[in-house]
Amino acid sequence: MIKFLTIGLLRDRSRSLFPVLVITLTVTLVIFTIGFMQGMLNNLLLDTAVILTGHEKVVTRAYSEESQLMPNDLALMDVDQLIENLEQEYPDFFWSPRITFAGLLDVPNERGETKAQGPVIAFGIDFLSHKSRQVEIWELERSLVSGKMPENRDDALISSKMANQLNISIGESVTFIGSTMDNAFTTYNFNVSGTFNLRKGQTDKQMMLVDLSGARTALDMDNAASAIFGFTHSLYYDDEKAVALRTDYNNTKSESIVQRLRNEQSEKTLSYMNGWNMISKKEQEIFTKQRTNGLNDNKMYNNAEEWGEFSIEDPGIFSPFMLALRDGNQMGTMVDISGAMLAIMGGIFLVIVMIVLWNMGLMNGLRRYGEIGLRLAMGESKGQVYRSMISEAVIIGLTGTVVGTGIGLAITYYVQENGIDYTKGIEALSNSSMVMPNIFYAQVTPDLFYIGFIPGVLATVLGTMLAGLAIYKREMAQLFKELET
Amino acid sequence: MIKILIFILSFTFLNGQSDDMSVQDIIQAMDDNLNAKSRILTSKMIVHGRRSSRTIEFKNWVVGIDQAFTEYLFPPREAGTKMLKLGDKLWTYSPQTDRVIQISGHMLRQSVMGSDMSYNDMMEDRPLIELYKSTLEGSVEIDGRDHWIILLEAKVKGLPYPRRRAWVDKEYLLPMKEELYAKSGKLLKTSTMSGVRKVQGRWFPSQFIYKDELKRNSKGTEWIIDEIAFDIDIPDSRFSKALLRK
Repeated sequence: MIKFLTIGLLRDRSRSLFPVLVITLTVTLVIFTIGFMQGMLNNLLLDTAVILTGHEKVVTRAYSEESQLMPNDLALMDVDQLIENLEQEYPDFFWSPRITFAGLLDVPNERGETKAQGPVIAFGIDFLSHKSRQVEIWELERSLVSGKMPENRDDALISSKMANQLNISIGESVTFIGSTMDNAFTTYNFNVSGTFNLRKGQTDKQMMLVDLSGARTALDMDNAASAIFGFTHSLYYDDEKAVALRTDYNNTKSESIVQRLRNEQSEKTLSYMNGWNMISKKEQEIFTKQRTNGLNDNKMYNNAEEWGEFSIEDPGIFSPFMLALRDGNQMGTMVDISGAMLAIMGGIFLVIVMIVLWNMGLMNGLRRYGEIGLRLAMGESKGQVYRSMISEAVIIGLTGTVVGTGIGLAITYYVQENGIDYTKGIEALSNSSMVMPNIFYAQVTPDLFYIGFIPGVLATVLGTMLAGLAIYKREMAQLFKELET
Repeated sequence: MIKILIFILSFTFLNGQSDDMSVQDIIQAMDDNLNAKSRILTSKMIVHGRRSSRTIEFKNWVVGIDQAFTEYLFPPREAGTKMLKLGDKLWTYSPQTDRVIQISGHMLRQSVMGSDMSYNDMMEDRPLIELYKSTLEGSVEIDGRDHWIILLEAKVKGLPYPRRRAWVDKEYLLPMKEELYAKSGKLLKTSTMSGVRKVQGRWFPSQFIYKDELKRNSKGTEWIIDEIAFDIDIPDSRFSKALLRK
C-alpha cells in the first residue's frame, strides 16, 4: 500500500514536490532558528563562563563566601590531585586551574624608576600545558592585537586599552605589585609578549593574562589555585546537567572532605587528653566521631554569635565546593530568563510554522475535492480514501522533515563552527560594561534531531486529517451531480 | 606611731603624684618611652593566618621620626627585601625584581607582609602629643595593675586613625592596650603590649599583638622584639636609596 502511494506521489509531482519543498524549507528554518537561538544564548553564557564562572567552578567554601575580594589566602591547595579526581569522576567536563588576582602594574623607565602605574586585574590561566584548551575558549589567537602568545612562565598578555593607557610596548618588562597567597607584599616582573582586545566592552580594560605557572611563582601559590574551572567538551551549557553534577559533588565528595577535616581536627584535639594513647584505635575513632557530631549538632562550628569563645573554627571551610554557572552572582536569573526566552520564542515560532503547514495540509485536502468525489463514486470507501490521504501526508511530511532536518543541521553545524561576525555592531557598544560576544555561533543540540518532526509531520498530518473529515460529509447521491459541474 | 604616719603620708603623696599627672603629661611620658633619638632593633613578626602561621624576621634602623630602614632576614622568599622611609615617603626593594618601588596612596593601607599591620602603621612615628588631643576617661584595674583610660582625638587631618582609646599602665606609662577607630567610630584595629622591661632607663615592651578588626577571623599578628638598643649613632648613609640595592 505504502509503495503504491509512494509511486503515486512520485508520478504526480503536483501532489508531492511542492508540499515536500515547503515542508523541507520550513523544517530547515525551524532547525536553524532554534539552533541559532540556542547557540546565541549559550554564547552569552559562555563569555561569562570563560571569564568568571566556568560551567562549573570548584573553590573552597571560605573562598566562595568572600569571592568578591579575590581572597587567595583561601585558595584551593593540592590542585593537581583535585583535578585528577574531577577528571576521573566527571569525564564529561574538562577541568583547568585558574588564579584570579589584582594589584598594581608598574612600568619602569630606563633607570628602573616608575614611569607609569595603574590598577590591574590578572588571570593566571593554563596556557602552556599541551592539553589545555584555554587559548581556544578565550579565543586569544583571534583577540591578539600585537605581539605573540605567551611562551614562557613570565610572559604576559595585557589588554590593548591598558597598554595604551600606560604606554607599554611589546617586549617591555612590567612589575606586578600585589599580595601573595599569605597576604605578603610581592613584586614580580612579567614580560609583555602581546596585547589583546577581547572586544567585550570595558571587561578587559585593566586585564592582564599570564600563565598559571607565572602567577603561582608571583603569588607563592605552589600547586594552589583560586578556583578550578570546568567546561563541557562541546562548550554547551546544560543547566540541568550542571546543577545535578554540582549537587552530587557537594553532597558526596565535598561533604565527605568536610567530615574528614573535622574528624582530623577532633582527633588532634582529643589526642592532648591524658590516656588517649591507652585506648584502642577503634575507641579513638568512636570518640573522634562523637566529638565532631556533637559540635556539628550543637552548631558550634564558626558560631561565635551563639557560642562566643567556645565556638570552634571549622576546618571544613577549606574543603572544595562546587558552584554551577547559575550559582554565580545573578547568573541563575540570567540562565532562567535565557531558558524562558528560548522556550517562548521557539514556541511562538513553532506554532506559526505549524499553522502554515497545517494550512498546507488543509489546502491539499480541499484541492483534491473532485478527485476524492470521483474515487468515492468509483466505489472506494470513505475510510479507505481518508486513510490513504493521511498515509500520503505522513510520507510527504516524513520526506520533507528528514530532508529539512538534514539541511537544517548542516547549516546549523556550519554556523556553529564558523559563526556570524557581529564585531562592528559590538564595537559600537564598547562603552557598555556588559560582557557581549562579538561572533554568534549556532549550536547543534540533540533536540534539533527531532524537533522538526513536530511541524513537518504532525502539522501536515493534522491539517490533512482536518481537511479529510469533509470526506465523511459527502453525500453519495450528490456525487455525480457535483462531478457534472 | 609617727613613723607609721610618715609612711602613710608619703605613700599617699607618691600615689597621688602619679594620679595627679595631667593627661598631657601622661601622653608625653608615653611618647618618651616609645620614641628615641635613634634605635636599632631585631625582631620577628608571627602572622597568624587562617590556615597557618608565618614567621618573618627583620632588622630596623630608626632615627627620629623621619628616617627608617628595614631589612628582611627570614623567610628565604622575603630575605633581602628592604624598605626605606624618608619623611612621608616609603620605598621598597625586592631582590626578585631588582626594582625600587615607591609605596604611596592607597597602597600604604595594605598589609605589611600579610600581617595585621599596614604600611601606615609602620610609617606613623610622630609623637602622639603632636597629633591628638587627649581626654582622661577614667581609671581601671587590669590584671592587678592600675591603668588610665585615655581617649585621643585627632587634631590634625589625614591620620589613619582619627580616634583611639588607650589603656595606659600607671607605672610603665605605656599604652598596654589600644583601640584604633575610623572617623565613623568603627573599630579598625586593636593592639596590646606585654613583656615590659627596662631598657636603657625606659620601660619598653618586648611583645606587641596587633589585630585588624576588619579582617574576618583574624587571629592577629605578634611582633616580638628580640634585641633593641636606643640612642645609637647611625650614619646617614644607612638611609640612602642606593643602599636598598646593596
